[in-house]
Amino acid sequence: MTASQTYVFDGSEQGFATTRFEDLLNWAQKYSLFQYPFVTACCAMEFMALASPRFDMARFGAEAPRFSPRQADLLWVVGTISQRQAPILKTVYDQMADPKYVLAFGTCASCGGFYDNYTTLAGIDKVIPVDVYVPGCPPRPESVIDGLLLLQDKIQRGDRTPGIVKPRTDPRVVASQLATGHSTDVAHAQLVELRTSKP
Amino acid sequence: MSKRVLQRLTEVFGAAVIETHSQHGDDTAVVVPSRWKEIAAFLRDDEKCAMNHFIDLTAVDYLNRREPRFEVVLHVRSIEKLHRLRLKARLGEPATIDTLSGIWAGADWFERECFDMFGVEFVGHPDLRRILMYPEFVGSPLRKDYAAQHTQPLVEYRPEAVGKLPPFDEHEGMPFGRQTHDRVEPRVNALGFSDE
Repeated sequence: MTASQTYVFDGSEQGFATTRFEDLLNWAQKYSLFQYPFVTACCAMEFMALASPRFDMARFGAEAPRFSPRQADLLWVVGTISQRQAPILKTVYDQMADPKYVLAFGTCASCGGFYDNYTTLAGIDKVIPVDVYVPGCPPRPESVIDGLLLLQDKIQRGDRTPGIVKPRTDPRVVASQLATGHSTDVAHAQLVELRTSKP
Repeated sequence: MSKRVLQRLTEVFGAAVIETHSQHGDDTAVVVPSRWKEIAAFLRDDEKCAMNHFIDLTAVDYLNRREPRFEVVLHVRSIEKLHRLRLKARLGEPATIDTLSGIWAGADWFERECFDMFGVEFVGHPDLRRILMYPEFVGSPLRKDYAAQHTQPLVEYRPEAVGKLPPFDEHEGMPFGRQTHDRVEPRVNALGFSDE
């Protein structure tokens, strides 16, 4: 247990705890993220899946969408941002009240993706700061949930450095590999060999 | 059987039709750009052609491959005669050609797109300005000499729209109010009875 965490004293019949004010505030903040969805492209489909019961991000305290940036804490940038749209995104970000967080949903929002052309912004970090990048084209809802949890972790720690969601192995693939007696390391090695071998 | 249209075009315009081409049921005529508008009007008004359906207008840039450099491509179709035609005109620099927006209203925005992407100038167009790119954009992005990696500086946020706000003019799409309310001519059915 680190110094910044909550202490519950044993034997206390009242059950009181001590913590630091910032920690309490961060704890409250991370579970009440009011989100502003800035949704422009096909990643919206995954966003819908994420918001609806199957993946249900309401479980993580990020339920209420606000359609005014004034009332939002978390800006979801979901999809491709064109050069022409960049100033609008910047304005929406500027209109949000502090403390505010930005999540780049998908490859296009993170770096422009395969739209390496005359009209697409090569990542929203050209105009606004980003807290969490979620790669994927589009990302699976699970990886976005990873991104959300990463953001909550960062909020709790008071850490504003950008974070990237790491890729995970599909649990079904792992299960099938284990069923055939392979470990995931072997599967990974096979994949690398396939990709690097000459055709 | 739009070979008949090609035939008709060559017998009426003669040397103005540079070449014709037919393949897989698609028929193409390359015409001189100076008579572009005249030929388009003929295609629409001539009884045997009756091209009353504008489909597409675009351009192709054949930089370093062909001279002259640009080719403006028009696709039209006849709803009654069920035939279609591809009409092309070859343009050098500066790429300038007559507008067809007075002949087919649908050509208006296609010509604006062509102007935006290729820098082809349509003489006599009622409202020739960019349609997809923003006004500060410099150059024509679909020209082959526009560097593929080139990105332009970001523009500032504009609290007010540049150019026009609705209501738009007659040639600028269909406003909601005009869809049914503004019809003036009574319809006449196949037996010659008016619906009024």
